[in-house]
Amino acid sequence: MSVDVSIRKVLRSGDRHFELDVTFASEHRRIVLFGHSGAGKSQTLRAIAGLLTPDAGHVRVDGATLFDASAGVNLPPRERGVGYVFQDYALFPHLTVAQNIGFALARGWLNPRRRLRDERVRRWIDTFELGAVAGSYPSRISGGQRQRVALARALVAEPRLMLLDEPFAALDPALRARMRSELRSLQARLDLQMLVITHDPADVEALDGHTIELREGRVV
Amino acid sequence: MGPLWVPLALTLKVALWATAINLVLGVAVAFGLSRWRSHMREVVDSVLTLPLVLPPTVLGYYLLVLLGRRGTFGAWLDRLGIELVFTWQGAVIASTLVAFPLVQKAARAAFEAVDPQLEDAARVLGLGSAATFFRVSLPLASRGITAGALLAFARAMGEFGATLMIAGNLPGRTQTLSVAIYAAVQAGDDHAAGVMVAVTSLVCVVALLLAGWLAPDHLRRTRP
Repeated sequence: MSVDVSIRKVLRSGDRHFELDVTFASEHRRIVLFGHSGAGKSQTLRAIAGLLTPDAGHVRVDGATLFDASAGVNLPPRERGVGYVFQDYALFPHLTVAQNIGFALARGWLNPRRRLRDERVRRWIDTFELGAVAGSYPSRISGGQRQRVALARALVAEPRLMLLDEPFAALDPALRARMRSELRSLQARLDLQMLVITHDPADVEALDGHTIELREGRVV
Repeated sequence: MGPLWVPLALTLKVALWATAINLVLGVAVAFGLSRWRSHMREVVDSVLTLPLVLPPTVLGYYLLVLLGRRGTFGAWLDRLGIELVFTWQGAVIASTLVAFPLVQKAARAAFEAVDPQLEDAARVLGLGSAATFFRVSLPLASRGITAGALLAFARAMGEFGATLMIAGNLPGRTQTLSVAIYAAVQAGDDHAAGVMVAVTSLVCVVALLLAGWLAPDHLRRTRP
């Protein structure tokens, strides 16, 4: 298990100009990108997932090259085998919990049916104790349940690396502590490599991984 | 019932065709515009909005110039044996053009309201662009698109100027309700005109009520 990232990207928005120049490599199973908001953490995550194309550099996960500017390699997001949990979870509001979890399993132009019966979906619903809300829409479930749905939805696709963008920021403090330990035990059980970004020192301590600090687009 | 039924059936046929064509064309153009990053975008948008502000007779004149037998496109169609002037298909084209901005504008607003992160999530979960469109963007925009389509249908129901210019006033063939109303008033048949006015108003009011009920602001999904 390894992540090897070296990317450069100039981002412009209006007259603002931001230079992302991030290089790190780690074999740790829990990598924590730590820094204030605006430090370039989310953009780094987007570049690893293929949602942002860097100007130069490379992204390698488990020895597989996902992006290499000099070799002209740039796999589309769908071929990267990377799971992504967005900061506010980005659950599909028009699909039920079960349909959200089974989203990656349905190929083609149609969403999974509401009465989807799939062993893999069933297993994740059980793992995350979501059976009671499997038929509910995301707007009707709690913050902690939403996070579990987002995790399950990413895990169904069996990614080689999980990217988590501020996974605890949207939760209230009591729930945050519980979800931190839940995430750690899940990670230990699944033998999964994950890269978590956070601005919260308490997350860094709780996750106890290889911490990389970002400041103004660079590794400190 | 005869004199009313014929123009009503023709009007519904024309309005439904115009709405169906706009659902494909307007939605495709709206999605393209909502994702297009260019300074030309608003220029193109303005040109596409012209049918909303130009007098329908002007639009009808443009259509005649373009599609008439001596028009550039019309001459080509003529050689293929396709005749649009003075046909109900011509009326469909007139209604489609006039109602196009209503679908396009509503659909563009709906697509721009779709959280881009949801589309990112779909891509990371293994979907290509087409699947992302059909499984995420389109369903999330469908309410706004439907509202726009109902407005377009109501507009097409009442289309008069451009339809008269290109399709004419041939009872039973191209005479839609609004044209028939004009003809009835000209002929002094106030009773027939009154009935057709009532029917047209009723259909349009129902379409607008449905559009209002489906408008995105009304039944928006609750956010946490």
